[in-house]
Amino acid sequence: MSANAATSDEVLIGRIANGDRLAMQVLFARHHVRVFRFVVRLVRNEATAEDLISEVFLDVWRQAGKFEGRSAVSTWLLAIARFKALSTLRRKPEHELDEETAEAIEDNSDTPDVTLEKKDKSDAIRKCLSGLSAEHREIIDLVYYHEKSVEEVAGIVGIPEATVKTRMFYARKKLAELLKAQGIERGWP
Amino acid sequence: MNAMKKPTDELPNDVELLLPWHAAGTLNRRDAARVEQALANDNELAARYERVREELGEAIRLNESLGAPSARAMESLFAKIDAEPARQPKSSFNLAARFAEWLAGLTPRTLAYGATAAALAIVLQAGVLTGLFVKQGGVGGYTTASMTQSAPGAFVSVRFKPQASAAEIGKFLSDNKAIVVDGPVAGSGMFKLRVSERGLSEQDLDAVVKTMSASPVIGFAAAVH
Repeated sequence: MSANAATSDEVLIGRIANGDRLAMQVLFARHHVRVFRFVVRLVRNEATAEDLISEVFLDVWRQAGKFEGRSAVSTWLLAIARFKALSTLRRKPEHELDEETAEAIEDNSDTPDVTLEKKDKSDAIRKCLSGLSAEHREIIDLVYYHEKSVEEVAGIVGIPEATVKTRMFYARKKLAELLKAQGIERGWP
Repeated sequence: MNAMKKPTDELPNDVELLLPWHAAGTLNRRDAARVEQALANDNELAARYERVREELGEAIRLNESLGAPSARAMESLFAKIDAEPARQPKSSFNLAARFAEWLAGLTPRTLAYGATAAALAIVLQAGVLTGLFVKQGGVGGYTTASMTQSAPGAFVSVRFKPQASAAEIGKFLSDNKAIVVDGPVAGSGMFKLRVSERGLSEQDLDAVVKTMSASPVIGFAAAVH
């Protein structure tokens, strides 16, 4: 995010702290799609993700006065969203999660050769990205899609920076293993 | 995993661990230079970097394919907000927010209008920088000037150009991963920035000063030894 946007976000938060509904609309319009995508990748359900983002922004409405500017507003939003998503996942029955994880890596009945013939490598990578665990999907998305630095990911996830780096490495290693199972050998990640 | 050249339980070196952030463009200048140098000297690493870039592209495509929430999300939010009790504006926060908002809106032309405006801008920047940036110790921590001054690290003293807007200064600090830890010094308008949490060699610190000096928002920069 540009410094201009970051500054404007802080200004918006200041207005929201004073009960400015329009500022809330602007902030929502600016960030809700990315927050939604972050959440939907974690909870794997669009309706649940929609419910959660309204809760995330309601928290922003309530907590704006306490925002201290320690991080970018977008980073703060993702941290709130992550907490909401994980709370929801903890409430879901375990078998439901397992089924969803299994669905994410669907169509494994083909042999690797057939798979290669049917799908191009890009499709396979995206499919395997969807098949990663929630922990690994989260870090991949934060780094690659949400453009968060090592420090910012550490702040959002609540782990040391060194762990951020190694978790990202193991997520990529797992991705390589899933791709290998699909017949795509990429070697050391 | 037979084709892999490293044992599976071995972690790569720090430069290789940083490849995803390098591909995403979120490394600071120093780490980015370190990675660039390693890539230039190691063909195998460069090949791995291409795989990282491939993943980056597909991760973006995957996320972009997720669509957007329906209007229901916004309707639900504002229905909840409308049900919230009315709140009283907080005058202190309001003042700071209005101050920051006003400064952010100043254009270079406005500020360059006259010497009075420039002098005023320095004073205002001092207040806003203290209010906005001194507190920004990154996601991980809240730092105050007094705390950071005694902390280890590498420091540079700078003077911002009067026509630099708050947004430009914010971008400069963000780009250089710098934190304002002190200032402005009375009379000179100088700010002390922490540019690294660890001490830097004289050569590295000089390189940082040179980079900062080239910024259009900086009037003067010098290493603090």
